[in-house]
Amino acid sequence: MVKAPLKDKTGLLLDIRNLRIEATSYPPGEPPRNIIIVDDVSVKLERGKVLGLIGESGAGKSTIGLSSMGYGRGGVRITGGEVLLNGRDILKGGAKILRQIRGREVCYVAQSAAAAFNPARKLMDQVIEAALLHKICTKAEAEKRAVGLFKKLGLPNPETFGQRFPHQVSGGQLQRAMTAMALCSEPDLIVFDEPTTALDVTTQIDVLASIKDAIRDTNVAALYITHDLAVVAQVADDILVLRHGKQVEYGDTQQIIKAPRQAYTKQLVSVHHIPHEQKSPADKPILSVRNITAAYGGGLVKVLKNVSVDIHLGQTLAVVGESGSGKSTLARVITGLLPPMEGAITFEGRTLSARLANRTRDDLRELQMIYQMADTAMNPRQTVGTIIGRPLEFYFGMGGKERDKRVAELLEKMEMGKNFAGCYPAELSGGQKQRVCIARALAAKPKLIICDEVTSALDPLVADGILKLLLNLQKDENVAYLFITHDLATVKSISDSIAVMYRGEVVRYGPKSDVLKPPFDDYTDLLLSSVPEMELGWLETAMKTRRMASAGN
Amino acid sequence: MLNVKNIPISAWIGLLVTAVFVFAAVFAPWVAPYPVGETVGDVWEPMSAKYLLGTDNLGRDLLSRMIFGARITIFIAATATALSFILGSVLGFAAAVIGGWFDQLMSRFVDLIMAIPTLIFALVVLSVLPANIMTLILVMGLLDATRVYRLARAVAVDINVMDFVEAAKLRGEGRIWIIFREILPNALTPLIAELGLRFIFAVLFLSALSFLGLGVQPPDADWGGMVKENKEGIVFGIPAALIPAAAIAVLAISVNLVADWILNRTTSLKGGRG
Repeated sequence: MVKAPLKDKTGLLLDIRNLRIEATSYPPGEPPRNIIIVDDVSVKLERGKVLGLIGESGAGKSTIGLSSMGYGRGGVRITGGEVLLNGRDILKGGAKILRQIRGREVCYVAQSAAAAFNPARKLMDQVIEAALLHKICTKAEAEKRAVGLFKKLGLPNPETFGQRFPHQVSGGQLQRAMTAMALCSEPDLIVFDEPTTALDVTTQIDVLASIKDAIRDTNVAALYITHDLAVVAQVADDILVLRHGKQVEYGDTQQIIKAPRQAYTKQLVSVHHIPHEQKSPADKPILSVRNITAAYGGGLVKVLKNVSVDIHLGQTLAVVGESGSGKSTLARVITGLLPPMEGAITFEGRTLSARLANRTRDDLRELQMIYQMADTAMNPRQTVGTIIGRPLEFYFGMGGKERDKRVAELLEKMEMGKNFAGCYPAELSGGQKQRVCIARALAAKPKLIICDEVTSALDPLVADGILKLLLNLQKDENVAYLFITHDLATVKSISDSIAVMYRGEVVRYGPKSDVLKPPFDDYTDLLLSSVPEMELGWLETAMKTRRMASAGN
Repeated sequence: MLNVKNIPISAWIGLLVTAVFVFAAVFAPWVAPYPVGETVGDVWEPMSAKYLLGTDNLGRDLLSRMIFGARITIFIAATATALSFILGSVLGFAAAVIGGWFDQLMSRFVDLIMAIPTLIFALVVLSVLPANIMTLILVMGLLDATRVYRLARAVAVDINVMDFVEAAKLRGEGRIWIIFREILPNALTPLIAELGLRFIFAVLFLSALSFLGLGVQPPDADWGGMVKENKEGIVFGIPAALIPAAAIAVLAISVNLVADWILNRTTSLKGGRG
């Protein structure tokens, strides 16, 4: 069966006019309130073009993206404006027209492919489902088409790839499988909702490149939603910057990244440029990790192999690597949660006991940890005052007014008011939660804080604020950081020395200036070249010049 | 903290009815018009101004027996439930936090107890031990604790792997703090939901035991026992057996209305402030 009406390859495909989206919130004890999520946003998209929607969490970018398929997530209502797709207003047609366009004219690629695939069905069945449902082609044709797409997207063994279940492929492959699923019914428009945000930098570049190729070859139009301006600069023709549901700036990619007009866009473009003077190492390290080998499952799976690093007082060691490189395991070994098989850790000249249970209270106090997910790192049933006050009670025996005063001081340091002490974590924003976690760590007056991906769950501007705060605290309190991250931009802005980890081994280690100076080893080169830069055509150059393929290929 | 205006109507009904029952139970000797064991009228007299609910199979005032019955029923059920929850949840949390052999030992032991049908187990134990209220409470409480243990352990295992528990362990907190300050507040919601149900199961279980003659011994009677005493009357169209049965049902509903309301309040992660 041929695709029904033959459409011309140019012309207007999607025309969103004065879109207004509202939702009702039900605060307990108060009358229900109307909140406006998207206010008066207009978008035009031509066939074969890519529009990037960019903004921080809550900017309404996903909501706008989904409105192109007439869908409101979680009870939001499209209350104003028109969404014209292929010349007809899809908001007016009711369920019938929505059934026609979804999966046929518009397809959706979700942020977390792992959560979006049905774990109980094979990939092929899910990839061709929409094509079969809309009777676009027969099962055999759809499967042939899917195999072709797997090949185009650079998936391994395209012939048999579809026979696997979602858990049998890696995160980057799953994201590409989802792109294949969206492309399978040959839609006119695909909505990409942060397709690479959950991936490693090295995987992100592969997925990005294959998405870009697929868009070019199939002449499909796309809405590309992300919070990373550098990423969207690689794929989009035009960019729409959003904030609080309102349009901030709309222009072509070149103009937005090179000559932003609005203050907010300028902020987004200049993010990640924190000046940081590298400190030279002192004579004696405060923490010294010597020849650590650690494994899970009673020695079966070795995750750390002969790792040695030093951290100096008042300085930052950044541990970089992709998922599975063993960087979080290193933190677990240092904190004593995972006793190593071999090797020793010295802290302030004394050997730390391998097991958490055998450490003295002072050892515990001087070595604090901040987690990636501030949400789960705080007891949701305790107030901020209790969360920050507990280390004060526990380590220093403070109580009553004295403790409350110190909690207020710490909150002050976090650039938060002392009124927050009575709040529960659920009442705070993402950045505030992470600040409370930092205050909790700081309350113990530590010598070393392990920061495990503390900014990777945050919006760029918020993350920026947290990094600046951490640097200021380092200056004031002379505390050392072990900073675990996969984001090299972060590393450049805060570290004094760097350890690059790959498959459980430290492949490159030294002061920042040495590590970031060529010549590079292959892996460091891959890592460095994978960080998206805000340059047009960066993606092509990076793909051409890199020396080794990333994991999962 | 507690805003009277925010209490929903269903919770008001539950609170009111439960309060009436509890009041009757606590002040039974003053509220009841006649002594509990005294024959005051004819057998199965109908409802009248003198005997508000009529009389029972031996001519005792049914209202007075209902009031004293409430005292015994609610007391035994509440103490047994409290015992089962304290024991079950503390041991369940401990098993989840300590893990290893302690968890294995406790869990397999609980499996063993649960493999035997509760009613049969209770009948065997109660027919051997002296029949008094103390033994009843202990047997009911211990048997019910196995159910609570399983729930508490399952909930706590999930909470125990959260980052904030790990943070507490890294701080060097002891098990007591982790169990009572980190895990308990987060496990409270499912436990309270279970509490409402368990209390009613305890009332029904006690009634079943009394009905079989191994529960509360005459001349005292709980509601279940009263159903048993008056069951022959149903054949003759006498409602004396239905009144204690209805009381059990009303208590069940009202306690659960209250439990639902508490549940709603504890589910809020913002301290009920919105």
